[in-house]
Amino acid sequence: MSVTATSSLAVRGLAYAYPDGHQALFGVDLTIERGERVALLGPNGAGKTTLVLHLNGILTAGAGTVEVAGLPVAKRNLAEIRRRVGIVFQDPDDQLFMPTVREDVAFGPAAAGLRGAALETCVREALERVGMEAFADRAPHHLSFGQRRRVAVATVLAMHPEILVLDEPSSNLDPAARRELALILRDLDVTVLMVTHDLPYALELCPRSVVLSEGTVVADAPTQDLLLDEDLMRAHRLELPFGFDPRSVRVR
Amino acid sequence: MGAGHAHALYRHVDSPVHTLPPHCKLVAVFAFVVVVVSTPREAVWAFAAYAVLLGAVAYVARVPARHVLTRMLVEVPFVAFAVLMPFVAQGEQTKVLGVSLSVSGLWGAFNILAKGTLGVAASVLLASTTELRELLHGLQKLRLPPLLVQIATFMIRYGDVIAGELKRMSIARRSRGFEARGVRHWGVLAKTAGALFIRSYERGERVHLAMVSRGYTGVMPVLEETVATRAQWARVGVLPGAALLVCLTGWVMV
Repeated sequence: MSVTATSSLAVRGLAYAYPDGHQALFGVDLTIERGERVALLGPNGAGKTTLVLHLNGILTAGAGTVEVAGLPVAKRNLAEIRRRVGIVFQDPDDQLFMPTVREDVAFGPAAAGLRGAALETCVREALERVGMEAFADRAPHHLSFGQRRRVAVATVLAMHPEILVLDEPSSNLDPAARRELALILRDLDVTVLMVTHDLPYALELCPRSVVLSEGTVVADAPTQDLLLDEDLMRAHRLELPFGFDPRSVRVR
Repeated sequence: MGAGHAHALYRHVDSPVHTLPPHCKLVAVFAFVVVVVSTPREAVWAFAAYAVLLGAVAYVARVPARHVLTRMLVEVPFVAFAVLMPFVAQGEQTKVLGVSLSVSGLWGAFNILAKGTLGVAASVLLASTTELRELLHGLQKLRLPPLLVQIATFMIRYGDVIAGELKRMSIARRSRGFEARGVRHWGVLAKTAGALFIRSYERGERVHLAMVSRGYTGVMPVLEETVATRAQWARVGVLPGAALLVCLTGWVMV
């Protein structure tokens, strides 16, 4: 895949070992073009979370580079990188740490220096994009799990990220909340990288999938082709839910 | 837990007191308490006057007496020992209903009870008219160390989350046939506390990660800049101002 100047994300030769010596990534290459929605699949322990934490500079690469819209992830760029990369963590109770929804959504933009009416507008728009504008003054722990997940998405949308990174977006959601979130994610005009075990969800939302296994990218293909490749799936502990046939659905 | 208290204390109505900037109210309550404490205990009428002042504030704030009085019960354990003072203090004695009581002890008990009660009533009024997070904004505005404000903010946010975790652990224990009875089971409870601590600590790390990912650099961004007008300062000044007049009169008359 060619790396263009407008790639939202360009990861080249990324390797990382934890301080205890455990090597989690062995030279990962991944390029995501602007506006793409890509699923990052892989068994537990494959290094998915480690990769995600490199995208906004929480972890520093042992070797290799990460660029977000052309800007290298490095200490001097951290503030801008963290604005450009919006990570939605798995547990919304970790993500939503302020007393009210409004303050939480405002946290990122305010940390970037936005104030007053501009901040207010930014918060309202972000909440509107996830259909939660009526809940601005509520406390996060008074919301349902699905609502909290949507607010968590709004907290990073408020920063107008170049790329939205979702860690297991469908986990713990009931089918209705799962569908509502899918509708929201589909309508966002933003690059999405979605880490998930939920293969039907990946098929529904992401035209392209990348499989990470034992710290390297072992497959990068259209999601439907990938899910139909039985040998690949078996080799990397990926399994479709009982009764689900990727051929049975029409992918938009 | 923290949030639970907030709901119990705060009274959600619209009143001139509710809309005042939180830092002004904090200053006013603090000044009021200082004035009350510095009043000579012999000026009994002065304390009645303070109570009337607080009653007036409650009336303007549309907080019913019942709301304030029931929430003042938290004071009871703290003043219990004041009741003992007339019995144990030395010096001149007097007879009340055939019981010998110390005069200085009676004055001491009255002093603690009156000043304590007025302080608690003022605090309850503050809490009834100001939301917890607004109070925190007020404290921030008054230059309380930001670290303390952040700790308090997280306490409000995560009190319920941690209480929920504790409840789930308790249900899991009981589902496996454990009921805490007697000293022999304290070990299990202690381990629960330890597990809860580790879980909370790990959550703390995850929350910090989420904060850093959104540009946290050690200081909380200022979300709303509340600026108090001169008129608002004048309005909150009425309570401590009136109290100060009462106090000075008390000193002159004693």
